[in-house]
Amino acid sequence: MAVQKLSKDKVAEALGELCKFRLIAPAKSDDVVVFKRIDDPAEAYLEYGNSTIPPKKFAFPQTETLFRFIKGSPELTEANVEEEGTTVIFGLRPCDARAMAIVDKLFAWDYDDPYYLKRRELTTLVGMACIEPPSVNCFCTSLGGSPFGTEGLDILLTDMGDYYLVQAFTDKGKKLEKTLSSQLEDGSAGDEKKAKEMALASEGKIRRSIDTDGVPEKLPDLWDNELWQKVSAACLGCGICTFLCPTCHCFDIQDEVEEGEGRRCRMWDSCMFSEYTVHASGHNPRPTRKERTRNRVNHKYSYYPGRFDVIACVGCGRCINLCPVNIDILDILEQVVDA
Amino acid sequence: MMKNPYIPYEVNILDAWYEAPGERCIKTFKVSFADEKVWDTWSHLPGQCAMVGIPGVGESMFCISSSPTEKGYLRFSIMKAGKNTASLHELEAGDSFFIRGPLGNNFPMEEWKGKNIVTIGGGIGQAPLRPVIQWVRDNRGDYGELELVYGARTSQDHCFKAEFEEINQAGDCACHLSIDVEEEEWPHFVGFVPSLLMEVAPKPDNAIAVTCGPPVMINFVLQNLEKLGFAPEQVYTTLENRMKCGIGKCGRCNVGHLYVCKDGPVFSYAQLKEIPEAFA
Repeated sequence: MAVQKLSKDKVAEALGELCKFRLIAPAKSDDVVVFKRIDDPAEAYLEYGNSTIPPKKFAFPQTETLFRFIKGSPELTEANVEEEGTTVIFGLRPCDARAMAIVDKLFAWDYDDPYYLKRRELTTLVGMACIEPPSVNCFCTSLGGSPFGTEGLDILLTDMGDYYLVQAFTDKGKKLEKTLSSQLEDGSAGDEKKAKEMALASEGKIRRSIDTDGVPEKLPDLWDNELWQKVSAACLGCGICTFLCPTCHCFDIQDEVEEGEGRRCRMWDSCMFSEYTVHASGHNPRPTRKERTRNRVNHKYSYYPGRFDVIACVGCGRCINLCPVNIDILDILEQVVDA
Repeated sequence: MMKNPYIPYEVNILDAWYEAPGERCIKTFKVSFADEKVWDTWSHLPGQCAMVGIPGVGESMFCISSSPTEKGYLRFSIMKAGKNTASLHELEAGDSFFIRGPLGNNFPMEEWKGKNIVTIGGGIGQAPLRPVIQWVRDNRGDYGELELVYGARTSQDHCFKAEFEEINQAGDCACHLSIDVEEEEWPHFVGFVPSLLMEVAPKPDNAIAVTCGPPVMINFVLQNLEKLGFAPEQVYTTLENRMKCGIGKCGRCNVGHLYVCKDGPVFSYAQLKEIPEAFA
């Protein structure tokens, strides 16, 4: 199939077509842009930079039921992710799609996580290239990503002015193109050439960078370095760096019972909280924010690449943009490099 | 292994008894699967663990304290420490709870064939050593000498008292017991486990030392084993940390780059001495 394009005056119609699935798209919510379930194409807001909260929750919900039970009965009823149906996440940024590809490795490592993997299987990712870096703190190119990156994406859209260039890379993407055959029209090889130039231009506008070569190997040697005390001194332990991180995947498991009906659920957790590691005895192997910050950075930049050959950071810049005390992961990494 | 690793199996309590009294009392549960068919696919080795809990209360990780050579049941010895263990302690024979497993790695029993084995336990730390001891006793011809070093604060705090007596009488291995503080009519060693270890002074030749217990004890036991000439590769221990998933996903139980739940709980000292967080 030749490269396709979607005229901007057909976008609403295309989104309307996609509403027959569980359609997730960026939308305004007060002053911020968030990904949410869309039933009306008019709700979608595609002229955005990046969403404040990454769309990871549609693969890995903030809270989800693992199974249900009646208190005192041995019957456990497994939650059925299939019921959520086929999902299209429309318009996510390449960094956030790449983050899902990175987290997929963890959830498929040795033990398949049936909830996460089923949801991923049911989900098609339609990305939106960043023709401008959305934030001054974007640094995706330092980590193997790109404003036009396609890793993890089934389809990439590129804003060409009056229309979007539509490039499908996977079977899921091609299937979705067929669904939209009435709205799509043939693009040209010239469009693809132009998109490549736009990608280079956008990459050139990224202002921040870090050379991560050797960082995974070096980090364990800096265990007792004074930098950890320095970089964590201001930390409030609020956890926003992890909650807003598209690759953070740590979770808690808790049981809830109401009037005899119970469920075991899992919910996002944060390595920046003290309760995260505290033993029943009260002993905490990571007693202060110093140990917790050190673990967060090591996990992303050393342990994860040690196991999965990829750094668990995509350079989206959210943790920098939204830290209430301006802790900057790139500053930390620069100190690691310089140490 | 389970199709969905988050769904636990129900187990029926065949028998339950207290090992040690007090605020942090220890209770042993002998259990079997409510659905007998689970036994057809269940297979564990000494050192492996299971998430143990009650829907509506929670789950925590415990070692399986029985050897797979003991057929028809599993054992868990659980110290009362928090919400989940307090609820488990309320259960008696005839009640049930739920387990997910087997999880984690195991002691390399195959590799240890032909070697002398010394276990050094403190308090509830004897629970993960028990399956090693039982396994060696049930496969006696495969291993060299077996020596047991075990201590607890008081004689009342000793776990598996009847079994130690039985082992002593059987005479197939040497058994050295200690308490921290002198008691009337205590015929054995008085003092801390690391001191008892120096007293027993096992020889490192063709030997493996396995130690489990409170971190402070392990710390001194490791130092003393080194003094006795044990190389880090000959020394094994188990670690524990707060866990939720037990299958390497939820993130929290790592020491350095190792997940205690999946890469452990069994580690050699050679592995751990490179990891400063291992004894945090």
